[in-house]
Amino acid sequence: MKRTFSIGGVHPNESKLSRDAHIETFPVLDVAYISMAQHLGAPAEPVVQKGDKVKVGQVIGKPTGFISGFVHSSVSGTVTAVEPKGDLAGNPVMHVVIAVEGDEWFEEIDRSKDIVREIPFSSEEILEKIKNAGVVGLGGAAFPTHIKLNPPKDKKADCLIINGTECEPYITSDDRIMRERPEEIAIGAAIMMKALNVEKCYIGIEENKPEAIISMMKAASSHSGMKVVVLDKKYPQGGEKQLIDALLGRKVPSLALPIEVGAVVQNVGTSLAVYEAVQKNKPLIDNVITVTGSCVPHQRNLLVRVGTPFSKMLDAIGGLPKDAAKFISGGPMMGKAVANLEASTLKATSALLLLTEAETKRKEESHCIRCGKCIEACPMGLEPYLLNKLSRIGGMYDELEKEKVHDCIECGCCLYSCPAHIPLLDIIRVSKAEVMNIMRNRSVKQ
Amino acid sequence: MIITIIYTIVSLVVLGLLFSVVLYLVAQKFKVEEDPRIDVIESLLPGANCGGCGLAGCRAFAEDVVKAPAIGSLFCPVGGDAVMEKVAAALGKEAVKTEPKVAVIKCHGTFDNRSKTNFFDGYASCKVMSSLYSGDTGCKYGCLGKGDCVNVCLFDAIRIDERRGIVEVDEEKCVACGACVKACPKSIIELRPKGPKNRRVYVSCSSRDKGAIARKVCSVSCIGCGKCVKACPFDAITLENNLAYIDPAKCKLCRKCVDECPTKAIWAVNFPIKVPVTPKQEEPVTKTYNREE
Repeated sequence: MKRTFSIGGVHPNESKLSRDAHIETFPVLDVAYISMAQHLGAPAEPVVQKGDKVKVGQVIGKPTGFISGFVHSSVSGTVTAVEPKGDLAGNPVMHVVIAVEGDEWFEEIDRSKDIVREIPFSSEEILEKIKNAGVVGLGGAAFPTHIKLNPPKDKKADCLIINGTECEPYITSDDRIMRERPEEIAIGAAIMMKALNVEKCYIGIEENKPEAIISMMKAASSHSGMKVVVLDKKYPQGGEKQLIDALLGRKVPSLALPIEVGAVVQNVGTSLAVYEAVQKNKPLIDNVITVTGSCVPHQRNLLVRVGTPFSKMLDAIGGLPKDAAKFISGGPMMGKAVANLEASTLKATSALLLLTEAETKRKEESHCIRCGKCIEACPMGLEPYLLNKLSRIGGMYDELEKEKVHDCIECGCCLYSCPAHIPLLDIIRVSKAEVMNIMRNRSVKQ
Repeated sequence: MIITIIYTIVSLVVLGLLFSVVLYLVAQKFKVEEDPRIDVIESLLPGANCGGCGLAGCRAFAEDVVKAPAIGSLFCPVGGDAVMEKVAAALGKEAVKTEPKVAVIKCHGTFDNRSKTNFFDGYASCKVMSSLYSGDTGCKYGCLGKGDCVNVCLFDAIRIDERRGIVEVDEEKCVACGACVKACPKSIIELRPKGPKNRRVYVSCSSRDKGAIARKVCSVSCIGCGKCVKACPFDAITLENNLAYIDPAKCKLCRKCVDECPTKAIWAVNFPIKVPVTPKQEEPVTKTYNREE
């Protein structure tokens, strides 16, 4: 039996339609809209003004807090505006708008395709380079990587985990980079091992990506302590806590970070970005985005510059498909619906998924019959039906906290498995936010 | 036969007496001393347990009002001044006069006024919807129309007009308990004084967007132009974050701002309709809003 995490999980139809599409470079457009909220934590503060000339790779936003990061220009040209614009949910976020002129890169950036294997830098130098390149976790949450690689002094990591599971249906961007750029990913992992000063590195890949497994195994063989582990196919294997459980058999306690059990988890995309940042001095200005869906005639894996509007990416698939009804940034399980197609891509955008009306249609909600399927599916060992009930009563925050609603990773397994089609996640998400808020206020007071 | 019946009756009576004595003793030992006035006050209250006073229910209110040295800020919005006077009289305390209030919806984004840019297909709840995104029209501040306020209203005073896509308050039924104010994730409901003859003037918009954006997404939005601020002779209007606010304490209901507002975002409610009056007829006073839709 192959390894996987111990509790919960579901097996959605994988639908990896775009898995055989090679990574293509999406052309640079006339205008780039670069968001200042590219990462978790405080948004960056714009350091350019209207009329400034910028080059590719130039810093246009500087961090404003501990959990924050640099934002770089992904194009060269003139800044035409620094103004709030709607993000994909329609909420206003500060954007730097750049009118593109040519494609002039910063001199320090090594644009050659040669693979640089030597790592002459010390741990501090690596962290500094990663920080200055604005690298964030590309698994979805966009947590600034330099903070994750620099754990508190009293906690010691003993292994690095590279997440190549890509358990979300449809998305194939990680699969493609593992197949096309395995060596760079392995060097990126080695750089992070050096930064963390750990001896072991596990690369977890699900069994439905055999080509990626072979290419990563080849690349990993030239690094000591690096090992590819084939995992069973199960969602949400890519969750940090689930992956640690699957690979190491260690359980991360409630409200704790993976570093508590000595592990640091990074995505394969992050690993590639780290390689480019450290060895090539290239900041994180582009990433691979899958454009897919059953209604899409040409499945694509595109290397897209940060700040490209979603609406323009539809050109790559031959315009808006007739029966597309819903756009999702990310996968169908955890992705966010795109309410505003004029919003631009972020560093951590992994896919643009187009669904038809029939695929998105929700069935009518009926009554909970206490079948327990949601409990069986929950990878965090929660009782979604109970959380739903408590949330609907309203004001039951103490009880919700006792039931560990804050442990919910919003993976959507409960909603997926519910035969009564109860919108469990929608309701739990709201009460989770409220309980987290109460807990935060309490800890501030103390 | 008869003996058995007698034995049964006697033993049951003895047992009953024994238990009653035990129960009496226990009740005496664990007796909770309670102010008898609490029951009196509770009977005076409306008994809706709406929580409008900020406490758990009518009983909790009665307990607090008996305990408190003065009535002060304790107020039952449902009963209003009439009930509070009775409560004060029963306790021998002084009643505090308050102005009756009513909930107003500070948004008038009907389907006609703002068009939908996308459709929300998730769970029909404003709270859930606002946790996911800004809303299905271009406006980030306006009514989401999923009816969280309707669900919490115990007095059937608020409803969704499905045809026009807007929430409406029935001011006859509204008791200003504030449940809808707490339920609205967009904070567009405000409790305002009812005003003399129920007449009041307020800004029916919550958009803090800049004028150009606000106007683009909704034809009756406050664009923060400041014309009303200049027109107001009583300094009752303030402009903050591109949104005008009329201070009900200062407003003298002159309605100069209503005429001045270029987007008709300021509402004057329950005023007589300004129509040319024929000499013999009396001025018609109607309950409808005086702005034509």
